[in-house]
Amino acid sequence: MNITEKILARASGRQRVAPDDVIFANVDKVMVHDVSGPGVIKVFDKLKKQGVSVDKLWDPTKVWVAEDHFVPSADKVSAENIVKLSNFTKTYGIEKHFKYGMGQYGICHTLSHEEALVLPGDVYVGGDSHTNTTGALGSFACGLGHTDVAYVLLNGKIWFKVPHTLYFKLNGKLPEHVMAKDFILKIIGDISTEGGAYKTMQFGGSGINEMSVESRLTLCNMTTEAGAKNGIVEPDQKVIDYLTSRGAKNISLVNGDDDAEYEKIYEYEGSEMEPIVAKPFSPENISIVREAPSVELDKSYIGSCTGAKYEDLEAAARILKGRTVKIRTEILPASISIYKRAMENGLLKIFLDAGVTVGPPTCGACCGAHMGVLAKDEICISTTNRNFPGRMGHVDSQTYLSSPLVAAASAVTGKITDPRDLN
Amino acid sequence: MKGNVIKYERDNIDTDVIIPGQYLKVHDYAELALHAMEGLDPDFHSKVKEGDFILSGRNFGCGSSREHAPIALSHSGIKAVLALSFARIFYRNAVDGAFLLPIEIEEDAYSDISEGDEIDINIHTNEIKNITKNKIYKMKPFSEIIGKIIEAGGLFKYKPD
Repeated sequence: MNITEKILARASGRQRVAPDDVIFANVDKVMVHDVSGPGVIKVFDKLKKQGVSVDKLWDPTKVWVAEDHFVPSADKVSAENIVKLSNFTKTYGIEKHFKYGMGQYGICHTLSHEEALVLPGDVYVGGDSHTNTTGALGSFACGLGHTDVAYVLLNGKIWFKVPHTLYFKLNGKLPEHVMAKDFILKIIGDISTEGGAYKTMQFGGSGINEMSVESRLTLCNMTTEAGAKNGIVEPDQKVIDYLTSRGAKNISLVNGDDDAEYEKIYEYEGSEMEPIVAKPFSPENISIVREAPSVELDKSYIGSCTGAKYEDLEAAARILKGRTVKIRTEILPASISIYKRAMENGLLKIFLDAGVTVGPPTCGACCGAHMGVLAKDEICISTTNRNFPGRMGHVDSQTYLSSPLVAAASAVTGKITDPRDLN
Repeated sequence: MKGNVIKYERDNIDTDVIIPGQYLKVHDYAELALHAMEGLDPDFHSKVKEGDFILSGRNFGCGSSREHAPIALSHSGIKAVLALSFARIFYRNAVDGAFLLPIEIEEDAYSDISEGDEIDINIHTNEIKNITKNKIYKMKPFSEIIGKIIEAGGLFKYKPD
């Protein structure tokens, strides 16, 4: 069995599972946020009316709650949702509630790794499609809707069809000017936004072994954009060190067997990878940056679970140091822990000196919620994950998806720019 | 199950156009219905009738996990979406929450059925009858678990064996 199959076999109490088996998996960790949480509360209200007991959760210690999409509260409705979340965690005795304005908080997927909330081998589900992110720690991490999450909160398990696995092998390191974001955009361009549908996308090879945990998180994060059920990387010493430094204990690794089977294996040579952008209006609509259209950008956005981890900010800072932005540029660290490290290591000063607006952790404009949404006809380059029509604001705005290096270089020139071409 | 078809002849109808991100904070089902399909078809709300179906291409519902998407369609009156294929979370949400039926169709139905056609979907015979054109198409049968959850009326009413 491969790693995903082994995790699902253990979680469903079976010796073996194979693709297309339908199982009920016991869940180890669950997450809701300020969009899916109120959605779950609504499901609970419906269940109560139908006479289903919602008095107790199956295990509140395995649940955590993030405030990320519309925080700091964007308006009255989102403020009410935050109050609902607080009442919910109080009622059900959920202690891990990361509240904005009270120390560590941030984007749910970022907290999952920054706070070591998910461990290798876990079955982890969240009320958000980018839950896939956390598979980079060697867990089965999968996004679900409100009804399914409500079901997990009450029953501790959920049904899955065991996925087929696509294996993406990266031979050798990526060049210095190429990031994990470029690699995953290249993959989505190759297989399409439906190419991973219902499947596992697993990443391996010497290039992945060389990669930091944060870069692997970027890869798994965007498996969602190929329609995948989960993204995953076999955990190694880097993952153990990463989680241990964040307070995790009792880490045990689950790895695939030597004779693990994969539906298809794709191979890429690290040295051949190039900086990539996804043009409007799909993550699969890719172009090499040097061949991208010469559009006048209005804005550069460096934020989100995909593109505002510490490593992403560091990459942006390498470009922005001693330079000035030519277009509106926003940088929103994905959690307070990242924000603090960026402050301590001088990144925030580099950003502010360059003219950037540094904002608080939030999903913000990535999903068109608030904090810098786009006007009609505005064109943005963004380190986020989706560029469907209206994703970041007006339905006639445009978003180009890129790595933080490209977004920062483009902020300096006002055009889509390969970091190698900056003066 | 009989109804009329609203057709969107395109692939990858994503959750951002089914219900734009600014409405994610809204959890009132009737209010969500007012904004269904707003990102693609601002006239949707005025033309949709109770019992209508949506017909579309590949990868319907791709993107986010927002259950707002099947909720907004369902509370607009949509009883089923017929598509060449579905994104997984939209499909799960539609079935587990018992909001609407996701019907996988073949190319013949996709190209043949026109906007406004009256069709009759039979999930027991896996046939779609086009009453307007007097034709019959096959739909892909539901997998076993999906069929059982639909029959039960959603995940919470389904009792695993």
